[in-house]
Amino acid sequence: MSVNEFVIPGLMPLLQRQAESGTVAKLVNALDASPLRETRTDAVAVADKKAIGTVRFEALGKVYQSSAGKVSALEDISLDIQAGSIFGIIGRSGAGKSSLLRTINRLETPSSGRVWVDGVDVAALDENGLVALRRRIGMIFQHFNLLSAKTVYENVALPLRVARVPNAEIHQRVTRLLELVGLADKHATYPGRLSGGQKQRVGVARALATNPEILLCDEATSALDPEATQSILALLRDINRQLAITIILITHEMSVIHEIADRVVVLEKGRIAEEGEVWKVFGNPQHDATRALLLLLEHDLPQDLRATLVHEPPQDKAFERILAFSYTGAGGLEPDFIRIGEALDTRVRLIHGGLDRIQGHAHGRLLLAVDGRAQLPKLDNLTTGQGAIAHDIQEIGYVV
Amino acid sequence: MSFELSIPFAQYTRAFADTFTMVGISGAIAFFVGIPVAVLLNVTTPGGFLASPRLNRAVGSVVNSFRATPFIVLMVALIPLTRLITGTSIGVWAAIVPLSISATPFFARIAEVSLREVDPGLVEAAQAMGCKKWEIVRHVYLPEALPGIIGGFTITLVALISSSAMAGAVGAGGLGDLAIRYGYQRFDTEVMVIVIAVLIVLVTSVQAAGDYYVRWLRNR
Repeated sequence: MSVNEFVIPGLMPLLQRQAESGTVAKLVNALDASPLRETRTDAVAVADKKAIGTVRFEALGKVYQSSAGKVSALEDISLDIQAGSIFGIIGRSGAGKSSLLRTINRLETPSSGRVWVDGVDVAALDENGLVALRRRIGMIFQHFNLLSAKTVYENVALPLRVARVPNAEIHQRVTRLLELVGLADKHATYPGRLSGGQKQRVGVARALATNPEILLCDEATSALDPEATQSILALLRDINRQLAITIILITHEMSVIHEIADRVVVLEKGRIAEEGEVWKVFGNPQHDATRALLLLLEHDLPQDLRATLVHEPPQDKAFERILAFSYTGAGGLEPDFIRIGEALDTRVRLIHGGLDRIQGHAHGRLLLAVDGRAQLPKLDNLTTGQGAIAHDIQEIGYVV
Repeated sequence: MSFELSIPFAQYTRAFADTFTMVGISGAIAFFVGIPVAVLLNVTTPGGFLASPRLNRAVGSVVNSFRATPFIVLMVALIPLTRLITGTSIGVWAAIVPLSISATPFFARIAEVSLREVDPGLVEAAQAMGCKKWEIVRHVYLPEALPGIIGGFTITLVALISSSAMAGAVGAGGLGDLAIRYGYQRFDTEVMVIVIAVLIVLVTSVQAAGDYYVRWLRNR
């Protein structure tokens, strides 16, 4: 079996169009020039070219047999993951994310339902079919899972070696991949001598070795420091854009989803709590699980404010009214302080809060203080229609 | 200054060569047979990727029964087999048969423990990249467990040096035999002291070499 079997016709022109600049572009061109890309046998059954890079779950369920009886890890999961997208799966630990991700390359076998990858039912594959499928799906891990007895070069080369790719081509590809992840000078180093971020870069290079259409990321940044996390996320985003690889990632950190995902599904106790575009789910969470996960990102009341906040307007004292303005990102509505000032017809002081921009949509919460004596218009009228100044306005209390 | 040995120096070199041959050859056999047995035990264990509890139990009990038999008893019990293989029941080659048969299960168990301690995440990564079972053994299990396997092999060699002393019972010679015949039976303390000193140096060197190699493997 050769690598040629999992190179997909029609992908190269697409990649070339996307490859404009940078190392990834160079890699793409280099890969195109290599004979790996020229032919493809029909050993890999791909039902439909349009389905390349897609994953579909259909009423998926997974039941574990444990000493305490049957434990249901996944229940009735139905999802469609588009080719070329970055799809996030988030949930607390034990929510079933890991099992769900592993059903895609059949490291985990579902108890019920189906998984379709590239339009092919994963459960129907024999061993050779499964190996071919796994070569079209790269995977990176929280703890990197690099082989400690092999050098960086040998680690990245291994998927190609077991795919019986000729040595000269392996050399060419591994060299390009290590350039892509910025570790060309570390090729002879053993993983034990690398930092966490560098190890994960090797993991990414290894996952990309066989030109996969799909990249699975299992908590890929959870063991990394913030700086390494940012650089790995940037690398993943680059790969997704330049190589048009579908990225499916699981994480328990909202910030990761926020950073790179297009769509997100929130898992809670093995079920889908909600699913949708990231900015919508973030801006307007419908499920408690989502809100709980978002809490860490939210700008909650600062300590000093919480200490002085009262719920009744103080008598015979000057006080300020605290309003919480929420922005979900919908309709391009963003805080406009002149309009806010005009709408409330009084002086407005920003005391706390912030906005995040996700996929071009501003979302966040601002705490504003206005003079307690000011006569405010009806707040509900300020959140709808043309005159809207925020998606939601709540009076949360008073401070002296 | 001249020093008169109580027995000819050639006796010592002969004994050393015999011990070296017995330990070397039975050690090599234990290594090359023990590793496949260890791999078999590891992959057939429940939860392993060729899980087969019956095969695992069968191989496991053969290994255990050889481990349970004291070497001196094993050596005598195996005489018919030894004669079948080597055509004789005395001498160095006759000792190599029971030494190998005793060292192989011992080493296999130690190697199995090292294999068992390979991070399952690495096996998962290999599966995810499209490795077949044999490739996982070759590229993941064996290289990753190598430091433990070498450490275990060092222990096996030391145990073999010790067992080989009993090989004198089948007339195989060796350092242990020299110490028994001259040092113990003829009250020649000099032979006893020299043999013990040589054995200490031998065991220490084997252990040091093994430790050095393991440290080198681990520090890459």
